[in-house]
Amino acid sequence: MGTSPAPPPPPPPPGRSPLPPLPAEGPPAPPSPQGRPELTPASGPASRPSPAPSQWPVPASVGALSGRWSRLHPLSPVARFGVTVGILVIPVLYTLANLAGGGGTSGPPAGRGGQTDALIDALVLGALVLLTLVTGVVSWLVTRWRVVGDELQIDTGLIVRQSLRFPLRRIQAVDIVAPLTARLLGLAEVRVISAGVGHHQHGRLAYLRNQDAAAVRAQLLALAHGLAAETPEPPALPLFHVDNGRLVAAALLRGPVFGGITVVVLLGLLAAVAAPTRDSTETVTSLISGLATALVALGLEAARFVNTDFDFTIGEAPDGLRLHRGLLQKRHETVPYARVQAVRLLRPLLWRPFGWARVELDVARQPGPVRQAEARQVARLLAPVASVAEAHWLVSRVMPGAPLVLGRGCAPPPRATIRAPLSYHYLRAWNDQRYLVTQTGRVRPSTVVVPLEKVQSIRLRTGPLLRALRLADLRVDTAGHRWVGEALCRDQGEADRLVDDLSMLARRARRARLS
Amino acid sequence: MEPAYSRPSPRFWLARQMVIGLTGTGLAVVLAGAGALTGRAIAEVAASGAVGGGAAAGAGAGALVALLLTATGWAIERGRYRAWGYLERDDDLMVRRGLLFRRLTVVPFGRMQFVDVSAGPVDRLFDLATVQLHTAAAATDARIPGLRTADATRLRDRLAALGEARASGI
Repeated sequence: MGTSPAPPPPPPPPGRSPLPPLPAEGPPAPPSPQGRPELTPASGPASRPSPAPSQWPVPASVGALSGRWSRLHPLSPVARFGVTVGILVIPVLYTLANLAGGGGTSGPPAGRGGQTDALIDALVLGALVLLTLVTGVVSWLVTRWRVVGDELQIDTGLIVRQSLRFPLRRIQAVDIVAPLTARLLGLAEVRVISAGVGHHQHGRLAYLRNQDAAAVRAQLLALAHGLAAETPEPPALPLFHVDNGRLVAAALLRGPVFGGITVVVLLGLLAAVAAPTRDSTETVTSLISGLATALVALGLEAARFVNTDFDFTIGEAPDGLRLHRGLLQKRHETVPYARVQAVRLLRPLLWRPFGWARVELDVARQPGPVRQAEARQVARLLAPVASVAEAHWLVSRVMPGAPLVLGRGCAPPPRATIRAPLSYHYLRAWNDQRYLVTQTGRVRPSTVVVPLEKVQSIRLRTGPLLRALRLADLRVDTAGHRWVGEALCRDQGEADRLVDDLSMLARRARRARLS
Repeated sequence: MEPAYSRPSPRFWLARQMVIGLTGTGLAVVLAGAGALTGRAIAEVAASGAVGGGAAAGAGAGALVALLLTATGWAIERGRYRAWGYLERDDDLMVRRGLLFRRLTVVPFGRMQFVDVSAGPVDRLFDLATVQLHTAAAATDARIPGLRTADATRLRDRLAALGEARASGI
């Protein structure tokens, strides 16, 4: 299925390599080379080096970094509104061309009224184009930024002036995002993610030249960690690279896409069988065109999956996990270790024959609803698709010592089959001093690893049926909002004990981290 | 085996009973009215002379149904009232609730982000308030209703102090 043999994962190292914790807040780290240990990129399992450092050589410093107010790149409005303007301009040009060409040789019935209508439409659209352009240019004109002292300052807004100040100490990560239009122009956006704020409050510098973006990122990171501004970006130890062939195969094998394609193909075959009679030809033709449309939609869905995670590379740097991914839109992201709340390993039904798994991260963020598009902007993946061995190895890098294979001893009592006849086979829960590992699900078994030091609350719940069976569901919440650790259908007595044990262990883990 | 859980104030049960009583009365009026209309219609169709008697019987049946429903509701609510409880331990707060679906939530003091006290119109009438705990996890469902306002404020302050003393970030 287009998968190239992935490099076999080496034996898991004893723990994470010498990565000193870099707190987002607190006393500044001493500006010594100790804050940035040298990592030898030779020991990683991925043969490919991380593309970022070599791709964008760090140029001479940007003016704004030395405290001078600067504008963003002059082409920013084009990068931001280029597509919108393009879409709007085409019909205008079309109408104008029609009008100029004498109107009516090829167009719709062109009486005088029709022409006037078309002209009005064109004018309205033209006004919209102009408005968009003016908005873009004005917003570029009134936006300026600089780094001064220990703050990143962005002033923006014409009518409502906004003076945004981002204390460098609170910066958790600096990402670089390059959408397609910006990429064509050689531009990229720098996104500054601060601790304890929602998505819409992140600092965005859209857009800068690629080299400048890289320089800004390196310097902000250095300053955020209390190092000299000239310190280059810490090198990342490449961990894992996803084979694109496998990614495409995985995209096609995802439940909805695969199901949709199967249905379409079956219908197509049915149509082919039913085709012979002459009078049904028309029906068959329309059916086939409908099926083709469905196929295109499914293809787009698969393409979206591939597009987001194309060339997925993950690396380990002192300040967090480094992710590089994207086909049309390139992203370079950092997930600070401290923000990782839980890890989940998914094994969708159709991926199982190939031994593939997906590894996701849950990252701390503000409570509240997050729009889909917004949610997709945050890296919460360790691997879009990987072999189970690789997946286990990756999890062990983030959660050293967490077991992912739970034996029968971790299963709930057999009477739980009455409550969960289908998924009983997959229900597991286990904990040690540092982790709670739970497994649930049938079609898409998911293994959740929750570090006990991240536990926010523990919940126990029994319904009438569970109580009759002397069972209880235990759930463990973290500050991530995507999933919780679920130990389902545990024996009542065991669950009661677990509540006490887990709260005690969680307390101990928290204290160990604080001291 | 059961540790001594603190319970909501008995006034909370009074307040609940008042709400149940009002709802029950409303239900009785509606059902009795509907029953009376139905009874009269049946009597008319049956062409018996006792139209008034049919209406009365219908109203009675409606009221009886309302009474039964209210009594059931009252019993369930009483169980739920009795199920509420909270327990302050050395390092965490345990809140339990629920009759059919029993829930127990454990929130470490160090994880509390903020505590708020709220009171609805009925609560205010009975001088009651609800204390709600918030952590960084949205799923945390730790709520203690039906405390006397003074107790609620005291509990909030104590929890806030404990939370501050043991704060441990995210």
